[in-house]
Amino acid sequence: MRASLFEPIVEALQGLKSLVVGLRITGREFAKPQRTVHYPRQVVGDAALQGYRGHIELVPLEDDAQTPRCIACMQCERICPSNCIRLKVEKPAKPAKAAQPAEDTVDTDTVTPKTKRTADMPKDGGRKKVTAFHLDYTLCSLCGLCVQVCPVVSLRHSANLYLAGPTREAFHLDLLARLHRQPEAPAPGEGPRGGGKPEKLAPRKPFVKKDAEGGEGV
Amino acid sequence: MIALADLQIPGAFVRLVVALAALAAFVGVNGMLLVYLERKVAGHIQRRPGPFEVGPHGILQAVADALKLVGKQLVTPKGADWLLFWGAPVVSFMPVFLLFLPIEFGPGLYGLDTNLGLLLILAFAGLNVLALCMAGWGSNNKWALLGAARAVAQSVAYEIPLLLAVLAIAAMAGTLHLGEIVARQGSWPWQWNVALQPVAFFIYFVCSVAETNRAPFDLPEAESELTAGFHTEYPGMGFGLFFLAEYAEMIVVSAVGATLFLGGWKGPLVDGVWWFLFKIYAWLLVMMWIRWTYPRVRFDQILNLCWKWLIPLALVNLLATFVALAVV
Repeated sequence: MRASLFEPIVEALQGLKSLVVGLRITGREFAKPQRTVHYPRQVVGDAALQGYRGHIELVPLEDDAQTPRCIACMQCERICPSNCIRLKVEKPAKPAKAAQPAEDTVDTDTVTPKTKRTADMPKDGGRKKVTAFHLDYTLCSLCGLCVQVCPVVSLRHSANLYLAGPTREAFHLDLLARLHRQPEAPAPGEGPRGGGKPEKLAPRKPFVKKDAEGGEGV
Repeated sequence: MIALADLQIPGAFVRLVVALAALAAFVGVNGMLLVYLERKVAGHIQRRPGPFEVGPHGILQAVADALKLVGKQLVTPKGADWLLFWGAPVVSFMPVFLLFLPIEFGPGLYGLDTNLGLLLILAFAGLNVLALCMAGWGSNNKWALLGAARAVAQSVAYEIPLLLAVLAIAAMAGTLHLGEIVARQGSWPWQWNVALQPVAFFIYFVCSVAETNRAPFDLPEAESELTAGFHTEYPGMGFGLFFLAEYAEMIVVSAVGATLFLGGWKGPLVDGVWWFLFKIYAWLLVMMWIRWTYPRVRFDQILNLCWKWLIPLALVNLLATFVALAVV
């Protein structure tokens, strides 16, 4: 009997205490510094973009910023569930083509075809080369399977969060062309990396201007 | 013809007209200030700046919003009851001035000298429920109707403990005159009624949040469930009047609370209107703090809270007050 009388009272008092706890939490958050940035005047720093998954981009070779590490194995195109990756691949020159039947025997006899190929191979190694890497970003669901599957880590998520465009076609990205522009684009530490079509899309420059104007205006 | 000089204009009438004009300005300015403050408080609690772009630190945001509301076309929804639909915002906003009249803002600073001031406020504060009811029914909209139904259920819940809590103070002071209730309190916090009636203060505070339909008791306008509840269909200043009335009512309940429990315009060191404004704003800030902390209660929860807890608590408190008054 007594327990049933006092139980709800104790419960109510505990409830009141939890209300005070809640107020204390929001009160403390109120006093803390803000986490948002005043966007046109400030941009998010690179540290905050760690792990940001923008559209995919090609990773260049260590010694050559213009050439992707891609070996044109097509696994990314095959695994993409949204079917938004299209590669154009240039097959090796004729001598290498002649060697192709030998490739089937790689498993059984590794020595002969290799020696044969090196003899025939042109200077670039006779490998397949990617000549175009198209990404239809309107279809991409950013699942990251292509990044995971790439055997030579030639794909990664970009930190390009300022992607915007007036047409659907603006999001049909040519990643190879983008890679060629990448050295000119701002370094990661300075803010957004170049977009798909920087001359149209990259918002960085106008906003820098606005910064100067806004500073005087306010 | 009577010469103008012969006209005996009663002093009380002049005072009333001046007070109404001043109150209109007071409500307008404070309404905008509170909207700005509310959004700033919400922003900072969520660790973002709140309005920032219009004017330095967004200080003109409320002005821009007000201009936008005034400029909007007034549309009456199809099938709505025109008279009820447009009568509701007026009914909601008009009593606000009446609510302010008996409140003493500072020594001698009041609109209407009446010894029934408290009764006047309690009676006319209830009109807002009627306005919400009219709005909900007149809109011909299911969300509005549900909001109105909730408003009525809510008022049934909070009005009784509110009255009982206020009654304890009225019994202690022996008057319903707000100025005299202030006069019976001292300047220092331990001489205020809150020191003698902490339970009544607590009940009044909870009920005042419910009275103004603010979170966690914002059932009639629950935006996540009823889009905007009773004012779903209102465009432009129709919504604007409800909005202004809500903020004005917030000021009223905090002003009455400050009068009844916190010594009104009296405060440490120098008494005056600044103490009253300070207390009102402190009260309002706590209400905002609460709004951005707690989730909305459910329909039955507010009824449970009021009927199972606050009413018995208020009755016991009232009884104890009477016993104490009889003994002392």
